[in-house]
Amino acid sequence: MIFILLFFVASIFYKSLSTTNIFVPDKLIGKNLPDFKAKSFYDKNKFFTKNEIFNEKKYYLLNIWASWCGPCREEHPILIKLSNEDNLEIVGLNFKDKKESALKFLNQNGNPYKKILIDDNGSVSINLGAYGVPETFLINENNLIELKFVGPLKISDHKKILKKINNKNEN
Amino acid sequence: MKTKLFLIIIFNIIFNYNYAFSQNDNLNLHKKIYKNIRCIVCQGQSVDESNSDFAINIKKLILVKLEEGLNEEEIYQFLKSRYGEWIIYKPELNTNTLILWLLPYALFIAGGFYIFIKFIKKKSEN
Repeated sequence: MIFILLFFVASIFYKSLSTTNIFVPDKLIGKNLPDFKAKSFYDKNKFFTKNEIFNEKKYYLLNIWASWCGPCREEHPILIKLSNEDNLEIVGLNFKDKKESALKFLNQNGNPYKKILIDDNGSVSINLGAYGVPETFLINENNLIELKFVGPLKISDHKKILKKINNKNEN
Repeated sequence: MKTKLFLIIIFNIIFNYNYAFSQNDNLNLHKKIYKNIRCIVCQGQSVDESNSDFAINIKKLILVKLEEGLNEEEIYQFLKSRYGEWIIYKPELNTNTLILWLLPYALFIAGGFYIFIKFIKKKSEN
């Protein structure tokens, strides 16, 4: 009896310790991008809905970023490279930022975004199931979230994105 | 005249008391929800205890949803749809959480059964 109990406790410890404790919310992967409405970066009186942004038959990369965020600077060269892909449009969601600082950031590092939206109080990001910056979603032509990257994009993520969008092109 | 004045005063007292009471209820409700939501970027804290950017955003969202007329359960459902079951401190009863929910009861029953057997044995020995 004691051996069974010990085995049970040990197996629970083993399982708990061998799994990662870094939580990545992947609840929305494979699902439709939630509806949202966000202000335009260039004209604060203008609002865009999800359907007005993601309305073409191509891949979209929705990138949540801010000029004050160090890791965003780190991933920016990858976004610049990805912006040259024909079947991909990059949409930026500027998170709790100052417009002047964001513009300065884009002037210094280049602008990979076709459209930029603003999330000035964090509500749009929460609605998307994000929990910080940077965070990136790969959305397909049917508005389904195919991939989600928490933290700065890495070279391996760049490859994953290329693989996804090029596979689609070949089909 | 005196009766009218009396009725007005009584009405005012009741109305203000009810208003204050309902406001207090709302205050307690949002606090209760904060305490039941995990701050997923923190180490073992609820959003109520945390001042992280994530917790602040979630707290703002909960207030907005309450103002929109959503009830406690609807707010939990919304957050679960975005962040999964993990964001709620009290897990739902499903196949993944079956052991978590049933094990304490099973241990309680097994313990009671063990004590009962011991008791019977001791009684028969005497």
